[in-house]
Parts: sequence; structure tokens; C-alpha cells
Amino acid sequence: MSMTQDAPLLETAGLTRHFRIGGLFSQRKLHAVDDLDLAIRPREILAVVGESGSGKSTIARLLAKVYEPTAGQIRFRGRPVSSIRARRDLLAYRGAVPMVLQDPFASLNPVHTIGYVLERGLILHQPGLTAAEREAEAVRVLEAVGLSPARQVLAKYPHEMSGGQRQRIGFAQALSYKPSLVLADEPVSMLDVSIRIGVLNLMAQLCAEEGISFLYITHDIASARYVAHRILVMYAGRAVETGPTEAVLREPAHPYTRLLLSAVPDPRAPITLSAADTGEPPRVVDPGEGCRFRQRCPLAIARCAEVTPPLAELAAGHAAACHVTAPAG
Amino acid sequence: MSETILEVSDLVVEYTTSTEPARAVDHVSFSLARGEFLGIVGESGCGKSTMLFAIAQLLSPPAQLVSGSVIFKGRNMVELSGSALRALRWRDYSVVMQSAMNALNPVKTVAAQFEDAMRAHGQKDRAAIRARSREVMALVSIDAVHLRSFPHQLSGGMRQRVMIAMALLLSPDLIVMDEPTSALDVVAQRSLMVQIKELQRKLGFAIIFVTHDMSLVGHFSDRLAVMYAGKIVEMGPTRPLFAAPQHPYTRGLLDSFPSIHGPKVALSGIPGAPPDLTAMPSGCRFRPRCSAVMPRCAEIEPDLYPSGETRSRCLLFDRRAA
Repeated sequence: MSMTQDAPLLETAGLTRHFRIGGLFSQRKLHAVDDLDLAIRPREILAVVGESGSGKSTIARLLAKVYEPTAGQIRFRGRPVSSIRARRDLLAYRGAVPMVLQDPFASLNPVHTIGYVLERGLILHQPGLTAAEREAEAVRVLEAVGLSPARQVLAKYPHEMSGGQRQRIGFAQALSYKPSLVLADEPVSMLDVSIRIGVLNLMAQLCAEEGISFLYITHDIASARYVAHRILVMYAGRAVETGPTEAVLREPAHPYTRLLLSAVPDPRAPITLSAADTGEPPRVVDPGEGCRFRQRCPLAIARCAEVTPPLAELAAGHAAACHVTAPAG
Repeated sequence: MSETILEVSDLVVEYTTSTEPARAVDHVSFSLARGEFLGIVGESGCGKSTMLFAIAQLLSPPAQLVSGSVIFKGRNMVELSGSALRALRWRDYSVVMQSAMNALNPVKTVAAQFEDAMRAHGQKDRAAIRARSREVMALVSIDAVHLRSFPHQLSGGMRQRVMIAMALLLSPDLIVMDEPTSALDVVAQRSLMVQIKELQRKLGFAIIFVTHDMSLVGHFSDRLAVMYAGKIVEMGPTRPLFAAPQHPYTRGLLDSFPSIHGPKVALSGIPGAPPDLTAMPSGCRFRPRCSAVMPRCAEIEPDLYPSGETRSRCLLFDRRAA
């Protein structure tokens, strides 16, 4: 990677999270995330793309300190996140790296007004503000996410708002903490298609105008292309390809990325029919050595069952983990 | 001209609420030819699933069929008794639901559920039941060993395939599908769609396929109906509808899908949200969100007018007024 780039805002090294499953004495482990190195720079939208069970939500929860890692490290502004112990420091971290959740219908308390919800967050994260300043700040963040007239919105209850508006409240809440990185876990997947674009545009605008970075978690690679500067493709708990969005889409190197791209429904594209891969989920419980995509891979060779392929760089910042298309060293 | 197997006329379905009844399906009419694949697309709350349930005669309170008729193979389904409908189900038409996990019986094996459906229609010969079960599993490319599996032992994609296999058991003329792929990952989704299309080519049944994802059905349907706030707002052959959408809502909907091909373009989606079914705007229901709105739109409720190769419920295409 080039040295002129900004230092990463947040980076992980060997980040791993396993879950013990089965009965009391079971030794079986579900490998949700294995050995992940990622970096998010200031003013950058990084999309983490993968299917259900690929570990993408686990990444968001690890970064939000909802889960502790099994192994590996997370550094925020150069400082290990694991060293955060004091309540005040934890609060500051959660304010700097807030999370926006998937389901806007479940993530807002139905008995409180929007004004109350925003004020509570501000009391917690910006205790220096007076009541008047808090209200001004609440109005500012509502306007920033395109909800106006903001003063009327403050008095509303969640049920009086549509799904798209509720998701904007989620972003307004995150914004009120003056964040540097927002973890957005499938923020548009529960919204109607006509409303999704508005929320994606909002993310792009907050990144460009307020300089906020986003970790955008999605199963929809087309929406990732629409907003993200860089993309990270996950498969069965491992990063299989990463790079600048357009480079990855133009020249996908990993067979899984290629499969994913060929499966995206696109009304503007010509019809290409292929039903060969039925999309059976991979094995993530005690997966052992080797590439986890090998059973589905049309290019698999003997080595794929023996050695886990590392991410190997193909071009500036573009890397893939495949013995065949991106042989290491 | 191919034979019409389903004729839906002026279908109206309402949900009883504590105040005003909410009209989820408002005077919907269309016909379906033998072997045709009709896609019905719309956002949540537009009435697409309610309409499908009304056609399959599966509505339950508070939903209520207020008026209209559903003529299927010459008989009005609305007037049929429960036992007459049971005779038609599975044999003449079958239904594939969104969540196979809820549609399948969790405590019975796949084989036992197949057997139940066939026995209910008079097939008592065990060998014949076994042979047909193996046959339909082969049609959806699942190994016959899974006939002995319970639903929870199958992946999401396999469960949906089992549902489709079950729908094919008695070779119906019509299969209605309510978002059968929406719980699946994109690769599994694509594969299932291709398989449904291949089965249809091979076996010749007609399909009504309801989905919120216009881009998904676009490669597979013969005709497409776009629903908004309980009404069909545009209907026509699939390719022209995609290539040159006429109704402002259809255009907005198509402009809401980012593409992975070609140059990256800024999209705007559609401002606002669909209307509350108990408080519809006067005139055109899409008016508050429409980019081409005119004063007349508030006064006149538009009809379906010819618009290029499709028909659109938009005053832009009303020849009389021009």
C-alpha cells in the first residue's frame, strides 16, 4: 500500500472470533471470523460484503466491543481497543464508533419520542451541553439526516414514522455523538427498495461533508459498489478478496467474488443463466485447514484442501486469497 | 392465442380495522394464459401478497374478500366450498410460501409430507407414492436420501426446493409463489430462479410470482404487473417494461437499483413513503411522491391507459384529456 495514504482510523490484526457450540462438554467451535486484517481510513466507506453466516455482522460486533475477540487485536487511532477498561473510556469509544442497526422497527423504543431518544444520547455522550444546546444539537443532526421540519420530528413517536425515516433517526443518533466511524450493519436491507437509495446517499453525504468513515455491512454487492470506496468480501469467516471497489468489480480475482457478481440480479444486464452452484452454505464448525470455498470452487486444486490461502496482493491495495488466481509470493 | 386459465376481475380485499376498513387490494383485474409466467412486484404494503392469498382462497380474518371474481379453469373460486377447493389445491394449483420453515411440518419427514398430500388426493398406492416422491425430488435436484430428512436438517435453499417439489407432486396447471426466494442468499436465489424457469419450460405450468425485488423476476417473467397502494399501476410484457418503463412509479422503482455494470450513476430513489391504506390521497395514489405530478392528478382517479407496449395508470397517457 502506498505510504502517502492517511494512517488508518481503525485497524485489526489477526482478528478472530470463535463460538463454542453444542452441549456442555462439546469441543466444537464455530469459526465466525478467522484471522482478519482490515483497515478503515478517515473519510472512507469500507463495505464488508458476504452472505449470511460469512461473519460480517460478527465483525461489526467485535469492532463495537459487543463481543471480545478470541484472538487478534483492534486498534483505534493507534491505541488497542482491548485496553479500554474504564467506563468513561468505553463511553468515549462507543461515541466515536457508534453502531446503526439493521431493524429500524426494533431498535427504537416505542414509548419515547424522538426528542427524548436523542436527548438521552446527548446527556450520556456530551455531558457538557446545556438543555438548550442539546436541543439545538438534536435539531442539527435531524436536519443533517434530511428529517425536517426537525422541531416537529422531535415530538414524534417511532410509530408515526416510516421505515426509512426511522433508519435516518438511527443515523441522527449516531451523528449526535460526533463519531469518526459509524458501524452500519445492513442499514437498508429492511427498507423498501424505493427508500434504500436515500439512506445510501445519506451515508455518502455524511462521509463527504462531515468526514465520517463508515463500515457498511451488506449482502448486496451492488449497493456496496454504489457507496463504498473499498470493499472486503467475506466467505465463511475469512476475507477472500479486498481492494478498491471498482478494481474488485472490474477484475474480481477470487472465484467466490466472481460467483457472487454473476448472481447479482441486474435488470439492465443481459440474461446469463447458470444454475450449477445452488448456493449451499459452507462448513464453519471446525472447518480445519484449507480454503473454505474449495467444495464449491470450479478452479480447486489439491493444494486448496491442505493449505489455507493467504491474501496476496495483485495490484495496489487489491488482494485475494486463492492459490490459483492469486498465488502468494 | 393461448388458452386463459385464470381470470381475475375487479378483486377487492379489505382488512377490518377498529375504524375504517383498509382496502389492501382495490379492483385488480388481470388474466393469465396457460404456461405463462406473471411477475407481480411492489413494495411492502402494496397488497401483492394479499392479492395472491385472495386468488388462492387462503384469506383469513381480518382480511375479507369484498367483491370480484377469480375464474380458474372455468370455475369461480370465490364461490367454491371448502371441500371443492381442497380438491383443487395441489392437484390444479399449488402455493409456495415465503418461509418454507413455517410451511413445512417440523415433526414429519419430507416423504411423510409428500405422502399426506398425495393420499389426500386419492393416491393410495405406496409404491406409486414413493416413485413420484423420488421423481419430484430429482426435478429440483435434491438427492432422494433427503426424503427421509426432517425440514430442520435441510439448508434454506433446499427447504425452498422441497416446497417446490411438493407443489409439483400432482402436476398442477398453476403455481402461485409468494416471495419464495427472499430468505435466501443471492447465489441460492439465482440458482432457484433458474431452476423454477427450467421446470416451467419442461412441465408447462403457469406461475404467478410475487416479489418486492423487480430486478430478480425481470429475467424470468413473461409479463409483469407493478402494484402500488392496492392497484396495478403498470402492466405489460417484461422486456419492454424494463427497457422503457412508462409509469413514474415504475421508473422510480427501476432507478432505485444500483447496477454493478457500466458507469456509476447517482440515483435518487423515490421520495416519501407509500400511503396509509386507510387514508388514501384523492385522485392518483402516487401523486404525493410523483416527479411528474399535475394539478389534474388530485382530481381524477386514473384508469389503466395504453402507454407504449404497456398499460399505465397515469394521466400522462389519458388520451381523452389531451
